[in-house]
Parts: sequence; structure tokens; C-alpha cells
Amino acid sequence: MLVDFNFRIIFEYLPLFLTGLRSTFFISLVSISLALVTGVIACACRISGIKILKYPAIAFIEIIRSTPLLVQIYFLYFGLPTLGLRVPEIQTGIIALMLNSGAYIAEIIRAGITSVDQGQLEAGTASGLNYIQRMRFIILPQALGVTVPPLLGQSIVLVKDSALLSLISVMELTRCGQTMTSERFMPAEAFFTVAFFYMCIYFCLKALADWSQRKLIFREAY
Amino acid sequence: MMGFYFSRLVEIYPFFLKGLWMTSKIAFISLVTCTLIGVILGIFRSGNNIILKRIVGVYVAFVRGTPFVVQIFIVFFILPDWGIQLDAFSAALLAMAIMGSGFICEIVAGGIDSISKGQWEAAASSGLTLTQQLRLVIMPQAMKVILPPLVGQYVLLIKDTSVISVIGVMELTRVGWVTVVRIPEGLMVFSLVGVLYFSISYPLILLSNYLERKMAVQ
Repeated sequence: MLVDFNFRIIFEYLPLFLTGLRSTFFISLVSISLALVTGVIACACRISGIKILKYPAIAFIEIIRSTPLLVQIYFLYFGLPTLGLRVPEIQTGIIALMLNSGAYIAEIIRAGITSVDQGQLEAGTASGLNYIQRMRFIILPQALGVTVPPLLGQSIVLVKDSALLSLISVMELTRCGQTMTSERFMPAEAFFTVAFFYMCIYFCLKALADWSQRKLIFREAY
Repeated sequence: MMGFYFSRLVEIYPFFLKGLWMTSKIAFISLVTCTLIGVILGIFRSGNNIILKRIVGVYVAFVRGTPFVVQIFIVFFILPDWGIQLDAFSAALLAMAIMGSGFICEIVAGGIDSISKGQWEAAASSGLTLTQQLRLVIMPQAMKVILPPLVGQYVLLIKDTSVISVIGVMELTRVGWVTVVRIPEGLMVFSLVGVLYFSISYPLILLSNYLERKMAVQ
């Protein structure tokens, strides 16, 4: 039980956990930035009226959303070499996370854009505001409140999803737990420490998400 | 070569169907248990008992704050240390129940909280007991808020069953993983796995979209 929980071993392995934490940070940051770009592009294609762009974007989003991330990771991990592409595991993982989160982000952005009423734009134009002013004062304050909190939610999901990269032997936080378990066979110490670090990241991002929800949400001015 | 592997893949197709059956079994059992536990926890979470509320809050924070892989490892590796022996299948179900109920709890609690306090008071002053208030007045109204995200969560839970492959349960992803060793055509094998997952989760996604539209109008 937890009575013989061995803290000394955790301290001994702390440097390993910290490199794992740094690696998780790095993977998450790179993936979320790339996913944002992917999401914006996919969303732009999705809402454009051009059929040649629209249908591939819909197919991409729906396929990603209805298959598990692990299958996507394995698809790239085992699939890219058969195409003759030798990609390091970490890059494969980042590509998988990018595509996966990109599809979700595309849907989040689309929800944000469609939430702003067309009449608002027209009212802005009628009030004599130019394009930048319309964006600054009318569209963005409303769209951001709908978009930013779920985007932060998605980044929480992405950090947790990056744990799956441990299965294709990327050296990140969960993998460190596995390493420690296989070296010392102390699964309780290893995985509770890993869980603790993930919880720290979760609480930071959650606080940020809650704050953005309070700050950015559009209050109708009556 | 492609053609050769393709015919091999067709040969072992029943193996994939077995995996699909296993995935559906795990998904079905865990969806039912998750919903039951989740609803009960959700009622506690939105209730007035501060202690219960806090305990459920900590549980939910743990479930939402840590990756599902880590939770599976905790259930599968640590419980035996504490004297609870589980085979892979029941460990998988337990991990799914823990994870899913945490997420569903939040959805249910959100739904119940969205009902105005006046409804509780009106129900209480009509002489209904607490269970009756919940069952006859609050829940029917909260259902509108709960149902669309609940179905969306079901899709996520079905997809999360793929992670169970790490502890060696022979479900769809594991079948793909075992097959790719013998048939080194990653794209083909995991496309097949993906198509099979798609066939389960896409109908649910459509249902979720439909419910969202339907509930939004009212």
C-alpha cells in the first residue's frame, strides 16, 4: 500500500522526470502551434465555397474525428516507412498530434466564426467602421470569447494525448515512468509521479482557460 | 508485393472482426457502467453536500488531469501491488469505468446546474421528495443540456478503448499491431483498423450532431 511509498527513489529519478517533462512541453508546444496552422487552413477550406477544397477538408476532419489517435499514430509510424520515408519517432508523433488536433481546432474555429451574426458585420459597415475597426470592435470580441476557451481545452487534451507517443518510444514523461518501472519495478512511485506532473500542467492550463472564459466572453450590452 | 499482402490481409480478415467484436464488447460494457456511475457522481457533484462534492471534485480533477495511458498503467501495475489481482480485460474495464465516469459526471453536473433554482423550490413546495424532484422535475429538463455532449463523450470513450491495447487486450488496435508485424504494410493494415473504428463511431458522431441541432432549436 501507500505506507511504503518510496520518496527517495523519486528524488533519485527526478532528473529523468524533468527531462521527460521538458520533452512533453516541447512536443506539446510545437504540436499545438502546428495544429493551429493546420486548423486555420482546414477551417478556411471547409467554409470556402470551392468544392475542390471543401470536400477534402470535410473528409479530413471527419476521418480524424472518428478514428482513435493511437490508430493514427500507428498508421504514420508503421505506414511512413513503407512509403520509403524514414522519419524519427518524435517527428512522426508531432505530425500525428498536429493532424489530430488540427481537425478539432478547425471545428472550434468554424463554430467561433459562425457564432457571429452576419447582421453584426452589416451594422458595423453601416456605422462607418472600416475593416480593421470592424474586426477589432465587433467580430473579434465576440469570436474570441467563443474560440479561446475551447482552444485552451484542446491544448489540455493535446498535452494528455502526447502521452500516447510513449508507445512509439518517444522519450517523454510517460515513457520516463515506464523506464523507471522497468529498471526498479516500482510502478506506484513511477506512475503517481508522472500523474502528478501531468496534473500540474493540467491545473495551469485549466486556470488559464477559466480566466479566459471570464475575461473574453462577450456580454451583451443592453 | 502489394497484391500479395492484400490477399494475406483478406485471409486474416476474420481476426480483425474478432478484434472489432472485442472493442464493441469493451465499449458497450464500459459505456453502460460509465453512464450509471457518472450520473450518480454528477448528482453528488451538483448537490448540497460539501464533503461529497469535494471528494467527487478531486476524483474528477485526477481523471481529467492525467492521460488515460497513465491511468491504465496505474490500474494494471499498481493494484496487483496492493493485493488486487486483475486480468487484463477486467483491468481495462475498470480503467474505462474510472475515466469515463469522471467525464460523464462533469456533463451531468453541468446539466443539473443549468436548471434554475426556482425549479427545485417549486418541486419541493409541491411536496415531492428529493428523489422525486430529481427524477420528475430536474432530470427531464437537464436531459436537453446533457444529451448532446453525452453522445459526443461516448464517441471519445469508444476511441479511447484503443489505448487499452497497451496492456495486451486483443481489441482492434492490438490486432492491427500484431498484424503489422507479419504483414509489413502499415498503411494498409491501419487503414483497415481505421475503417472499422469509423464504422462504429461515425454513426454516433452523426447522432451527436443531430441531437445538438435538435436541442438547440428548442
